[in-house]
Amino acid sequence: MQKIGVFVCWCGSNIAGTVDVAAVVEAVKKIPDVAYAVDYKYMCSEEGQKIIKDAVEEYGLDRIVVCSCSPRMHEATFRKCAESIGINPYMVEIANIREQCSWVLKDVKVATEKAIQLAKAAIAKVRFNNPLHPGQSQVVKRALVIGGGIAGIQTALDIADAGYKVDILEKEPTIGGKMAQIDKTFPTLDCSACILTPKMVDAACHENITIHTYSDLEAVSGYVGNFDVTIRKKARSVKADICSGCGICTEKCPARKTPSEFDEGLRNRGAIYIPFAQAIPKVPVIDREACLKFKTGKCGVCSIVCPNGAIDYTQEDELITEKYGAIVLATGFELIDLENYGNLGYGRSKNVITSMQLERLTNAAGPTEGHLVCPASGKEPKSVVIVSCVGSRDTSGRGKTYCSKVCCMYNAKHAMYIREKYPNVDVTVFYIDVRTPGKGFDEFQRRAVEEYGVHYVRGQVGKIMSDKEGNLTVFASDLNSGRHLMLNPDLVVLACAVKPAKDARKLASMLTASIDTNDFYVEAHPKLRPVESPTAGIFLSGMCQGPKDIPETVSQAGAAAAKVIGLLAKDKLMTNPCTAKCNEQICSGCLTCTNVCPYGAISGVEKEVVTLNGTREKRVVAVVNEALCQGCGACTVACPSASMDLQGFTNKQILAEVDALC
Amino acid sequence: MLKDAAKFEPKIVAFCCNWCSYAGADGAGTARKNYPANVKIIKVPCSCRVNPMFILRAFQRGADGVILCGCHPGDCHYSTGNYYTRRRMALLMSMLNFMGVAEDRFRVEWVSAAEGAKFAEVMNDFVVQITALGENVKLRDLRCKK
Repeated sequence: MQKIGVFVCWCGSNIAGTVDVAAVVEAVKKIPDVAYAVDYKYMCSEEGQKIIKDAVEEYGLDRIVVCSCSPRMHEATFRKCAESIGINPYMVEIANIREQCSWVLKDVKVATEKAIQLAKAAIAKVRFNNPLHPGQSQVVKRALVIGGGIAGIQTALDIADAGYKVDILEKEPTIGGKMAQIDKTFPTLDCSACILTPKMVDAACHENITIHTYSDLEAVSGYVGNFDVTIRKKARSVKADICSGCGICTEKCPARKTPSEFDEGLRNRGAIYIPFAQAIPKVPVIDREACLKFKTGKCGVCSIVCPNGAIDYTQEDELITEKYGAIVLATGFELIDLENYGNLGYGRSKNVITSMQLERLTNAAGPTEGHLVCPASGKEPKSVVIVSCVGSRDTSGRGKTYCSKVCCMYNAKHAMYIREKYPNVDVTVFYIDVRTPGKGFDEFQRRAVEEYGVHYVRGQVGKIMSDKEGNLTVFASDLNSGRHLMLNPDLVVLACAVKPAKDARKLASMLTASIDTNDFYVEAHPKLRPVESPTAGIFLSGMCQGPKDIPETVSQAGAAAAKVIGLLAKDKLMTNPCTAKCNEQICSGCLTCTNVCPYGAISGVEKEVVTLNGTREKRVVAVVNEALCQGCGACTVACPSASMDLQGFTNKQILAEVDALC
Repeated sequence: MLKDAAKFEPKIVAFCCNWCSYAGADGAGTARKNYPANVKIIKVPCSCRVNPMFILRAFQRGADGVILCGCHPGDCHYSTGNYYTRRRMALLMSMLNFMGVAEDRFRVEWVSAAEGAKFAEVMNDFVVQITALGENVKLRDLRCKK
């Protein structure tokens, strides 16, 4: 006879506030084979676990059902608890009476009834649980970091410093990311490049770091500890090993009609270009769509001027394959397109610019060598309007509903350094709210108002018009005074919302990492596992997980690195024992299962099997490789003879749950 | 016998994949997005683990509605699982139709781990739909009736 113990958790008042836990205990006690049932305030606490352990010893329990929060929260806790007293951890089932019951229902009677039913279903399932034993798999001691911005660089440096090999994969021709474009950083106003470029050099020189720039992720397979990755190194058309980075080719290139991505379109670059002076690697790349040689066959200036003969028009993409134990996503962000914000005049007037363009305009290495000018006239502005929340916190469907988090601070920064350098320029910031939590942040914003005399106006900008001469008129409302305002600034700066990088969704599909409706990667737990993806072996670093500033990005990068190091430090990993299993007695050897298995984990093997009527015969049967099987269960449904079953989620277990609930 | 529609409380089974929809259901709970107690969730590793037999069994046992939730196409944790689900369930739909079971009693929905609010919305909507359809009598095995 089975001996099932049922442990009902109050979760303080989280469950007990809506579910009559004593009634649940009384109800389950009546179920045959339930040898013991009890409720307790916090089952997950040490005291709660002791109750479970004592009950197992006293009543000789062999199966445990815990009615508590989601198994995603504490299943591991209770499995460990069971294991510590000699019960196989897979003899534990969780009835989720918090997330699925007490938190979504208000009526105590209804919630208690549902809790009892969920408990009954878990009890029905646990009767068919079998002890399972995880296997072991090797860990490849190498990590891949996707994205070479500050998040990726910091993660890679931390992993490399711990003694593990790391590869950085960057789609652009250089590492550095968005931080390389920024002029100064808040709240210290120190030069962004001055703190970033040494890190870029550190990464490039580190013996444990390999950098693949101008490269894409081509294919990924495998699982935690054993990812097989193919990287496409796009053809640079320049031999990196010969090129000295002198840059003569980039100066002499006659095709100069392409707007520079790095300078946010404020100047043009050649078809052969190095994004910026401190680029790593400092090897130019030919943009084949802009290059005259590739378009018309005539030109070839770069190959003539190159002193080293490094130009190679015939270079082809190269595919490299590598094995990794862990993958970190650090794909960063970009600014939203402003096509839905035509009312703000971006694109129609050159003097309406984005905040990132302002960064380039004030940057000493930028197109104006740091002189703030209106792009249309080339003259210094007399007044500047900064518009906050362009596309952020916008519930109208045009932009993003979330707060981009960094804008309030960089608006204050921009206002401050304009006023610092050009005390006669008038700066007005329109805002909905000023949100500046963070160490030294609020003080920083107040300094902008109190010391630098920046005008902050609470209100939204409705429209920005430009007349024939290019003069701007800003129509806005001042919510505090209720007045309508009309301003004539020379320059308008739009603090656009941030959004995840364009290929975030594609990468999520390739890596089976979870992604939310805004294309930010989802973390395994929003509070307790913020740098891990729900998919084992995939980690998150920086803006790709949600809006954050540089200090937060760097700390998250370190946290992700620590998690990766923790994984790579293990020699072996326990594999998930909930794998498919073939009943060889009834398997006909049709091998339909092999066609649906996404992991190639099933193969046909000729074996001597005992048939149902007791005779021995030699025939082909399906055999599951437990190391490869990830336990999706696709084969179990495809199998025409029902000989394939999934351990931990067997047909019997699921049908028992169905029967208990209906 | 068809019960009084006003008092009719349908039995609904929801199969949810572990990676997206089950997490979405947790999200609904965390955000306190209410949905009726009629919906009871069974966790499966992937929507492709759900054998059409499980669904037929639920109807046979007296479920009034069955809903199967998985990751959005393309986002499956196992890469291709929900594509199998989509094909299999399209066949099941036409089979239910053939058997005379209103195909509205069975639904497939894609709910991601981040869509707690959507999970609650879908469940609220499904309960309304099944309540309107009334008791499932077509496939119910009277011997299973409690």
